[in-house]
Amino acid sequence: MTVQTQVSEQKIVIKRQSPLLETWQNLRRSWSGMFGLGLITLHFLIALLSPVIVPHDPLEMDSKNRSAPPSAEHWFGTDKLGRDVFSRSMVGGRVSIMVTVFGISLAMFWGGLTGILLGFLGGWVDEIVMRVVDALLAIPWLLVLLIIVSAFGTDAWIQTLTFGFTYGYTAIRVARAATLDHVTDDYVLSARARGERRRTIVLKELLPNVLDILLVDGAMNWSWMLLGFSSLSFLGFGVPPPTPDWGFMIAINREILATQPWSVFGPALMLSTLIVGINLFADALAKALGLDRSQGAPV
Amino acid sequence: MLALILRRFVLAIITLFIISLLVFVGLEALPGDAATAYLGQSATEESLKALREEFGLNAPAPMRYLKWLGGFLQGNLGESMARRAPVAEVIGNQFRNTVVLSIAASLFGIPLAIVLGVITGLTRDKWPDIILSLLAILGMTLPGFVTATVLIYIFSIKVTWFPAISMVPSDAPVSEILPNIILPIITLTFVMTAHILRLVRTSMIDVLSSDYVQMARLKGVPLLQVIFLHALPNAMLPTINVIALTIAWLLGGVAIIETVFNFPGIGKLLVNAIGDQDLPLVQGIAMILAGIYVGVNLIADLLTLFLNPRLRTARS
Repeated sequence: MTVQTQVSEQKIVIKRQSPLLETWQNLRRSWSGMFGLGLITLHFLIALLSPVIVPHDPLEMDSKNRSAPPSAEHWFGTDKLGRDVFSRSMVGGRVSIMVTVFGISLAMFWGGLTGILLGFLGGWVDEIVMRVVDALLAIPWLLVLLIIVSAFGTDAWIQTLTFGFTYGYTAIRVARAATLDHVTDDYVLSARARGERRRTIVLKELLPNVLDILLVDGAMNWSWMLLGFSSLSFLGFGVPPPTPDWGFMIAINREILATQPWSVFGPALMLSTLIVGINLFADALAKALGLDRSQGAPV
Repeated sequence: MLALILRRFVLAIITLFIISLLVFVGLEALPGDAATAYLGQSATEESLKALREEFGLNAPAPMRYLKWLGGFLQGNLGESMARRAPVAEVIGNQFRNTVVLSIAASLFGIPLAIVLGVITGLTRDKWPDIILSLLAILGMTLPGFVTATVLIYIFSIKVTWFPAISMVPSDAPVSEILPNIILPIITLTFVMTAHILRLVRTSMIDVLSSDYVQMARLKGVPLLQVIFLHALPNAMLPTINVIALTIAWLLGGVAIIETVFNFPGIGKLLVNAIGDQDLPLVQGIAMILAGIYVGVNLIADLLTLFLNPRLRTARS
């Protein structure tokens, strides 16, 4: 009889998980968050690939098939000019997505940094800038957008700058409030005592600590921005036709809502799924990061 | 306490002043002016000149702002250029219509949101909560014009219960307006309920797990009494500010819903006035809407202060 002794020398390695990985693992547990992420991914894929894969040219007018109901050839039917609604709904989000993705990055970048800086500096600079921000927030958001767009035009890149600017000042508020929670913490005080440069304190000490709040706010703001963009488009201040865009498609196809409802439902469905997807994702992200988002009010 | 209230008031007035300046500067940046917009294609050098003279557009911008500000402080909003009437007169009825719409929506929306919020808070992560929370996300996120269009399709086209457009004369009496604006009211209520419900839910969950509520339950206080007398008043505190912000936000975007339903309200007037470059009119509407925003927030702040003694002592 032989006794085999196995000496296992398993080293227990404690891996320090990166915060990113940890967040991702939390996120994966939320079915609604993954559903939201799925919707967003789907929309990005459609936006990227749609010009190649749509069954019809979105600008092509089929004069024999005007306001036609859904059929095997035209899945969502056609609009008043005989254009294929399905193809237009697929392509119609390209501008929205491009403008809002760049817009939100711009907004969170300048708004976030300004907010952290204001929270860090305090004093009269903070007081004055915050008065202006409060005033800007009190002006009806639609009016601000309409004035800027009427003044500078409705080109996609102008809209990107417009949205990047106007949604930035809500980020200022959020970033400033988050910074104020940290600015008297020991690690900031010791950094100050060490004589670190202001830039280092803002970028290396404060930014990483408010980043999660900024990310969640950015995700939420993205959906507000999409709402703002499509609202402008609905009112006829969006990207100029014939470029298809969801908001404007809904606005003009409303005329034939009674006879060809799918000309409205198609773009409405696409727009809604993207906005709902972003919100589900933002909700789940907030939970994964341990922040409660439902306190957030619309601004 | 008094100093605190006074400070809020002064800040609100300063904010309003900055708003008037920002809107004025923004409107100055628009290409063309009211004269070119009013005359359109038929503009000639002479007619433009004459009209600019009449509208007082020849004065330099700072002078025009001061003139407007002087009038505003005396309660005079100036003359609408494109409509050739005092701004106050043009706005009057349209503003009343928007107020009727918002108040009707608030009267339905706020109590509904509180009741549903309590229900979702109590049934956390069970079916009623899941379904209502999902509906709330839809209400919060769907653009007003999408919700409105779907409602029109269901209630005016599939079953003809309500009119699809609210084409009432802008000076119609309230009793005549109300039956025509049921769909806009439902749309606004939906959005508003969604926002407030979510907050009531979280704050209800927080309060329900707090010691004093547990204590009351253990003591044998009936459940309904605990919910409505012990928990809800505290859960409502953070909600006040969100209700204020939601109302203000809805007013900011009310133009969309008014446009969908062709309802003669102040938001639709605002969009038209920007198209006409009718600066005094835009400025007037902007001041009214911003004034409501600032006012509602001020009231919410003061109300929170009044209802929460802890804040009063801590800050003063």
